[in-house]
Amino acid sequence: MRRALRWLMAACVAIATTSAALAADLRPLVQTMGSGGYSGTEKALNQLSDAGDPAAVPVIEALQAGDLYVRKADGLVVIARKVGAGYALTDPLSGAALGEAAAGAIDRIKVNNAMRRAISAALGALTLMSPDPAVRRSAADAVFKSRDANALDALNTALAKEKDERIRRAMEQARAAVILTAGASDADTQAAVATLAGRGDRDALALLSMIAASGASDTAKTAAAAAVATVEQKLMFWGALQNLWYGLSLGSVLLLAAIGLAVTFGVMGVINMAHGEMVMIGAYTTFLVQQGLRTYAPGLTDLSVLLALPAAFLVSGGVGVIIERSVIRWLYGRPLETLLATWGLSLVLQQAVRSLFGPTNREVSAPSWMSGAFELGGLTITYGRLWIVVFAFAVFAALLVALKRTWFGLSIRAVTQNRPMANAMGIRTARVDALTFGLGSGIAGLAGVALSQIDNVSPNLGQSYIIDSFMVVVFGGVGNLWGTLVGALALGSLNKFLEPYAGAVLGKILVLIFIILFIQRRPRGLFALKGRAVEA
Amino acid sequence: MLTRFFLMGLDRKAGLVLTVLALLAVLVPVMTLIVPEGSPWHVSIFTVSLLGKYLCFALLALALDLVWGYVGILSLGHAAFFALGGYAMGMYLMRQIGPRGVYGNPILPDFMVFLNWKELPWYWLGFDHFWFAAIMVLVVPGALAFAFGWFAFRSRVTGVYLSIITQALTFALLLAFFRNDMGFGGNNGLTDFKEILGYDIQAPGTRVGLFLATIAALALSYMIASGIIASKLGKVLVAVRDTESRVRFLGYNTESYKLFAWTLSACMAGVAGALYVPQVGIINPSEFAPASSIEAVIWVAVGGRGTLAGAILGAVLVNFGKSYFTGALPEFWLFALGGLFVLVTLFLPKGLLGLWAQLTARLPNAKGPNAKGKNAPNGNTADQKGM
Repeated sequence: MRRALRWLMAACVAIATTSAALAADLRPLVQTMGSGGYSGTEKALNQLSDAGDPAAVPVIEALQAGDLYVRKADGLVVIARKVGAGYALTDPLSGAALGEAAAGAIDRIKVNNAMRRAISAALGALTLMSPDPAVRRSAADAVFKSRDANALDALNTALAKEKDERIRRAMEQARAAVILTAGASDADTQAAVATLAGRGDRDALALLSMIAASGASDTAKTAAAAAVATVEQKLMFWGALQNLWYGLSLGSVLLLAAIGLAVTFGVMGVINMAHGEMVMIGAYTTFLVQQGLRTYAPGLTDLSVLLALPAAFLVSGGVGVIIERSVIRWLYGRPLETLLATWGLSLVLQQAVRSLFGPTNREVSAPSWMSGAFELGGLTITYGRLWIVVFAFAVFAALLVALKRTWFGLSIRAVTQNRPMANAMGIRTARVDALTFGLGSGIAGLAGVALSQIDNVSPNLGQSYIIDSFMVVVFGGVGNLWGTLVGALALGSLNKFLEPYAGAVLGKILVLIFIILFIQRRPRGLFALKGRAVEA
Repeated sequence: MLTRFFLMGLDRKAGLVLTVLALLAVLVPVMTLIVPEGSPWHVSIFTVSLLGKYLCFALLALALDLVWGYVGILSLGHAAFFALGGYAMGMYLMRQIGPRGVYGNPILPDFMVFLNWKELPWYWLGFDHFWFAAIMVLVVPGALAFAFGWFAFRSRVTGVYLSIITQALTFALLLAFFRNDMGFGGNNGLTDFKEILGYDIQAPGTRVGLFLATIAALALSYMIASGIIASKLGKVLVAVRDTESRVRFLGYNTESYKLFAWTLSACMAGVAGALYVPQVGIINPSEFAPASSIEAVIWVAVGGRGTLAGAILGAVLVNFGKSYFTGALPEFWLFALGGLFVLVTLFLPKGLLGLWAQLTARLPNAKGPNAKGKNAPNGNTADQKGM
């Protein structure tokens, strides 16, 4: 252990001394950048890049950004950034401040398009040596994209030093790309093809098919063609999985939006066209909770979504109870009238929110634990979507338990199945009606919290989900929660699998036509209720 | 035979409706074209177009009332038939522009030139003839309604389910017409019309002519509808509305009756759309929006479901309110419309005409509402089978 430490220290000292020595060498090179016009600058740039010292990176970056200047007084090359009327000067290598200068006292070192390419190649090569692993990684990716033959030496040097397995792989792939583009011996080419086949993404595929079609040697061509086939297969597999994931993701959004409707429409038989507005109210509650936390407890902002859940449930549920008591209870047994009245309510709620919060979108930011993404094989999964899938299933499970295992759920089912009998058994049916409607609306509010993370929070939020929700419930079968689950996931996946072939809009149209035709075959949905409940 | 059919539908209410329409047909042209502009009796050409628009909506409401009020089919997709008729007329008007478009292409409409299309898609062929467009105005909505109804009624999709899939139908069409590659102008729709049948579409004379055509279409549709209602066919339709299964057990093929009324209603809606487009000068996919279908339902509900005359009254009143409030108090309009939905369903299940009948029935010497209320729906029994 101690020995290892000593080695490390020795290595550090060695690196420090060499880089100091190199920095001394770099100074004249940097100085020559300021003279000789474009060609002079380019020559110096190439020499800087060949020197392979990361210390030159800020210089080249400044050149790229157009911040590299020559001080007229003494011809010194400096980095100048605009401060007020003049410019603040710094030394390009050490970063030491060199005072200020007027705009007339310095000359910008000009860059042309040919040089821009050389600049990014040089940056790529130099950053490969950076001590920061993330920088090395992105540098390797940059070389993979540019396939600049000049970077080959730098890549080899970097590869020899690289310890991190993943960065090593990225560098090897970049090297393979460079070798394939530049052309090399058969053995090298085949090794490169194998490396790229291992990468197996779309970029690799593009490169490989280029080789397969190019004038390379026959062995290289066949190897590339075989690699193209395997990569294509792999891509198809991951593509299908990705589609499945998108389908699941869309399905869970549909499930969230429809599950409240499965209670109000499915269990109670009330056509609630204002269901989408309950979702919208939930989303606006999230917005208010977040605003409140930002003002009064900034430390808790990351938890705002969690705190918004009970709030949205209560607000939307409360509005639902009020609607049931004031309007819907007069319309039981008249579904078409209910439809019209709740449509009217949805217009009123939309306009009320528009008057209160304005017609524009409101910003609801995602908490830190919901942003970002991770990779699983060839899949890219964002945390936000993952949480929504989890949340949708959690809500579904909770609702199922509530309906099957609680006293309240028992009363709901009793009232649904036989109202007079339930009444005779001492269940206060009117109260159960109000609470059931409140439950459905509250769940819609929960959906609103989730949707506020992926959709625009605007007065029209609910409108975009209402038709989809009805389709899900009708497709799955009214009065059956499992039908809603299956319906949502099936429609979500169908939509996403159609999208690559038909495009988003046409895919949606096809799904709608499919539902219309499906209803003809099974007018009561996928999982129709059987027995007496059908005619009730 | 035909005369008898039309005369059968002529009761006192029908006489009133036709008299009012005839008065409009005489007074409005005179007040617009003959009365000088300074006079307080002058009607501006803008008002004529506005009135024409209301009457197109009234025709749509009449079509809807025929299926909802008398057959019990609540369509949330009638705007689709309206818009299809409108698009058929719009295509004719587009072709009439000819080389006067921005790009000056004698055959292709501007948006096709813009999209770099080389030739006219096959479904645009023939639309340079008015007679062809006029047939299509009836055929396209009619065929769609026939196909849709054929499947839906035979599978016995009823009540709320039918309402929801009619909504899905119009939503699917909305999405489809938004697509640029459908060849119907995408988002912008069809507009910039120049002339109809060789007459300048902006000229006051043409506008009055279109207004008269609308009145004629409305009057004819009203006579057809009330003729049907008064006939034996109409009795069967009302019976289907009230208890479909009983009518079926009595040996009637209820699907055919429903299909007939449904298709006829779609054709009327198509005509309404076709007359609407030249008067407002544009047709775009937003006409397909499910919201506009539902709005048409409320016109019928306000006026009185199952009264025909009520549908016309409701459409004109609600749209007049809309024009007024969206100008005067734009924030207020959606509250008013939403409130109207709630209040009418809760307190006026038979609409304004029903209210009138109730009020006159309270007067001791009135003849009683029976003559009028005969055909009014018995809301409860009609709808209970929905679930």
